[in-house]
Amino acid sequence: MTAITNRYEFVYFFDVTNGNPNGDPDAGNLPRLDPETNQGLVTDVCLKRKIRNYVALEKSDAEGKPEAGYVIYMQEKSVLNNQHKQAYEALKIEPEPKKLPKDEAKARELTAWMCRNFFDVRAFGAVMTTEINAGQVRGPIQMAFATSVDPVVPLEVSITRMAVTNEKDLEKERTMGRKHIIPYGLYRAHGFISAKLAERTGFSDADLELLWRALGNMFEHDRSAARGEMAARRLIVFKHECAMGNAPAHKLFELVKAERVEGEADTPARSFADYRISVDAESVPVGVSVREYI
Amino acid sequence: MAYGIRLLVWGERACFTRPEMKVERVSYDVITPSAARGILEAIHWKPAIRWVVDRIRVLKPIRFESIRRNEVGGKLSAASVTKAMKAGRTDGLVSLIEDDRQQRAATVLRDVAYVIEAHFELTPRAEACDSEGKHLDIFNRRARKGQCFHAPCLGVREFPACFELIEEDSSQPEPHADLLGERDLGWMLHDIDFANQMTPHFFRAFMRDGVIDVPPFTGVEVKA
Repeated sequence: MTAITNRYEFVYFFDVTNGNPNGDPDAGNLPRLDPETNQGLVTDVCLKRKIRNYVALEKSDAEGKPEAGYVIYMQEKSVLNNQHKQAYEALKIEPEPKKLPKDEAKARELTAWMCRNFFDVRAFGAVMTTEINAGQVRGPIQMAFATSVDPVVPLEVSITRMAVTNEKDLEKERTMGRKHIIPYGLYRAHGFISAKLAERTGFSDADLELLWRALGNMFEHDRSAARGEMAARRLIVFKHECAMGNAPAHKLFELVKAERVEGEADTPARSFADYRISVDAESVPVGVSVREYI
Repeated sequence: MAYGIRLLVWGERACFTRPEMKVERVSYDVITPSAARGILEAIHWKPAIRWVVDRIRVLKPIRFESIRRNEVGGKLSAASVTKAMKAGRTDGLVSLIEDDRQQRAATVLRDVAYVIEAHFELTPRAEACDSEGKHLDIFNRRARKGQCFHAPCLGVREFPACFELIEEDSSQPEPHADLLGERDLGWMLHDIDFANQMTPHFFRAFMRDGVIDVPPFTGVEVKA
């Protein structure tokens, strides 16, 4: 597993139709909004969660046993099937009372072992409770919040249920619920991958390919009542020739534009066809190559 | 100050967490010298040099926004890793996010831009081949090209920082008119003293017409 040797930046577009891409716990699960601009938001941790879930799915066998080197440390119960859980219960490793590794070498060894075995530690990093710097892994991948290209307007949809949960509500016959959806929103996210930090965690080219696959397919395995239809639309990757990079990231991001092409600019967009995403390939700086994965 | 650099940094959001409010994070009004140093180190750093932030220019009005996220409460324990290593298996070594969930709000800054003015000093670990000029050239070359060791960030990694070198002969960007006058920003983290059990040092930050002069780390204005 040799680490990657190039710096990368990527621009990732995904859209949502009649769904809630990321609820805001502060606003009763309304889709997140930037209060100043009314643009929709999807947090970095939301996207990372989906990447983890995709990797957990792709890299595990029928019984849910993960492939060596691709275990996910931060797991969601819903992605583990029951057999998987039983396996864990059967093999439960009893935690010892808290002991800190005495020396740095020991801490480094622990960190290296975690990086070798766990994809998400290798990619995003993790914090270990050691008081030594080596106990903190800074992963090579850094993602920023995704924002919608245009302002979005969440709708509140009231729904009824023909059953009740509690016996005392029997005479009510039905209960009401709420869903919040965005009729349509195209979101744009930016990501950064540092080759120098990858050296330290051993994030390899194979891992990178897996990351691109995860970004391309993660919504395909994340269907739910709340999400509506979500789809990855474009993944534009800038690869620098050298590890430190050949151009400022913000200059590269500016080369990618999403414009309204169908309908008036101030009317609501309702499908991906209303937008055109263009990459100004002519102006890409020397030493940077562009590749479109989607 | 013969070796000074000026770096323009800006971004959509920023969170320079106040140490007294770090569970539900609340950002300081402006970037701390410590975060500014981190940005410079993301571009160029060697054990031979130490960055010293001299001045911070705030270019945009100070505005806040609140974001609540599902976060994980616990940290990975070294003891359980050791155990799993000995056992040679990874099962049982996972963290289930539903069992360890904390919803935390963060009050973060919106739409920020700063000019960091800094210089560096050589440390005892500098060798004969380490001259200030050499490291200054490396930094300037990298900042000009947009090269970095890892993408610098505005306090936390989800808020990446764009950066641009301000050349020696170019003019100073002017702070926004809202920032004119003097403002007392109160006690603010200067930096952490890593040599002495990670002791935080604080200084009284005054913003005069958008400019904060940062006292030297070992100066009398700085309290540990």
